[in-house]
Amino acid sequence: MIRFTRVTKTYPRTGTAVQDVSLTVNKGEFVLLTGASGAGKTSLLKMVYLEERPTSGEVRVAGTSSVTATARDVAKLRRKLGIVFQDFRLLENRTVEQNVSFALEVIGAPTGVIGGKVNRVLTQVGLASKGRAFPRELSGGEQQRVAIARALVNDPFALIADEPTGNLDDRATRGIFQLLREINASGTAIIMATHNLELIRRQEYRTIEMARGQIVYDSAETTSVPRPTP
Amino acid sequence: MRPFRDAFETFNRAPLLSALSVTTIAFSLFALGLFGLVALNIREALERLEERVEIRAFVAEGTPPEDIAQAASDIASFPEVLRADLVTQEEAVKRAQSELGEFRDLFEGAVLPASIDLRLKPGQRDPATVKRVADRVKTYSFIDDVRYGEEWIEKLHRLRNIAGISGLALGLVFAAVSMIIIGATIRMAVLARAKEISIMRLVGATDGYIRRPFLVEGFAKGVMGGLLALALTWIAQALINKYVIQTIFFDARVAMLGLLFGALIGLLGSAVSVGRHLRRV
Repeated sequence: MIRFTRVTKTYPRTGTAVQDVSLTVNKGEFVLLTGASGAGKTSLLKMVYLEERPTSGEVRVAGTSSVTATARDVAKLRRKLGIVFQDFRLLENRTVEQNVSFALEVIGAPTGVIGGKVNRVLTQVGLASKGRAFPRELSGGEQQRVAIARALVNDPFALIADEPTGNLDDRATRGIFQLLREINASGTAIIMATHNLELIRRQEYRTIEMARGQIVYDSAETTSVPRPTP
Repeated sequence: MRPFRDAFETFNRAPLLSALSVTTIAFSLFALGLFGLVALNIREALERLEERVEIRAFVAEGTPPEDIAQAASDIASFPEVLRADLVTQEEAVKRAQSELGEFRDLFEGAVLPASIDLRLKPGQRDPATVKRVADRVKTYSFIDDVRYGEEWIEKLHRLRNIAGISGLALGLVFAAVSMIIIGATIRMAVLARAKEISIMRLVGATDGYIRRPFLVEGFAKGVMGGLLALALTWIAQALINKYVIQTIFFDARVAMLGLLFGALIGLLGSAVSVGRHLRRV
């Protein structure tokens, strides 16, 4: 479903961010991506939704190849992915409902179905009663839930989350993580970059650790490689 | 509908900026329009004058009338020639008297040479053709002299070309300037919505969808600039008519073309600006 084949990404000014990474994420998998800042996590995620293209190698996501995809193909791919960031990226001058429906409007979804879908995802993330609120009126955890609702409203096959709990306190972090588990349970794959050691220590999920642009540990691979202490 | 609604919103959000870009387009097209008017009116005047272009070939005294008549009919069959009229000595005197009414007495008993007067066909009245025909007429041995207003024909032609070329050059410069300014104003509108655009892209909106409202905005600004320019040119022409000289205005087709040109400037200016932003982010 998501396959990296010998992917290297080099930026003209800052050098190599990802080096010779090969990786497969299957349907419905929950993957935690860890590593120090600058290890290449964000660059790796950006290549999943083709915000960046590999300098060499190939990324294939749901049949779209980083080598051949046109701008239109990239747009089409993103309609099948949900993307969430640490800083939420909500539109401040729109209500919660409008922020979520925006994602449907701009891809030309028929007006008739938008209301129902928005209500469904807002219920799913636990914000059914806050549809009319503006983002500034919500807590950080709630704002991230709005962002997740926006990411889910198109029924993505995978949710890409880059440090989604990085700005949140422990309670809100647990809430968001619980929400992501529920989403995963309903069949959506999740790739989440995180620093949160508590989550990583649980060892329930496939964990991939990066350092200096390379994968140094992957719990799905053979256990012959000792896991470095986090 | 959405692109129109969004474009209208941007207009509302930054009315001063929008007015500035409309005015810039208007003034560029106005400059173009004024030069166009000058070129148009010179051409019109030239055409009217050209209708009067006449080559007069004077016949040496004592030439037998049959020779003259023969020559006149020969000349009439030149491909460029519309008519060749024979003017006898007596007719020449009469014509001079009627043309110079006050001094008619001076021509009493005067002797004026007979002539063959030529008129050329429309489209054959440019300086080069006139000269060629005149030279050919000169080859008859009994033709003393051939006259035509060569100096002013050439001057008018040159004037027309200068007005046309400088109008075009100035218009293009102004058009480029307004494209840059339109581009800058659209760019500000784009930057004001940069976050929105980045989210649109994230959730899978196509570049075409993102671009459309900005293109509508640029197009609308161009059309408005064009209309304003047309109005300004029309007022200028009305003032010239009233205080300086009677002139003619563009016909509907040319006016439409000017409007379209404005729309094109607006459209291109925004297309370049949005395209650059989308490529960069």
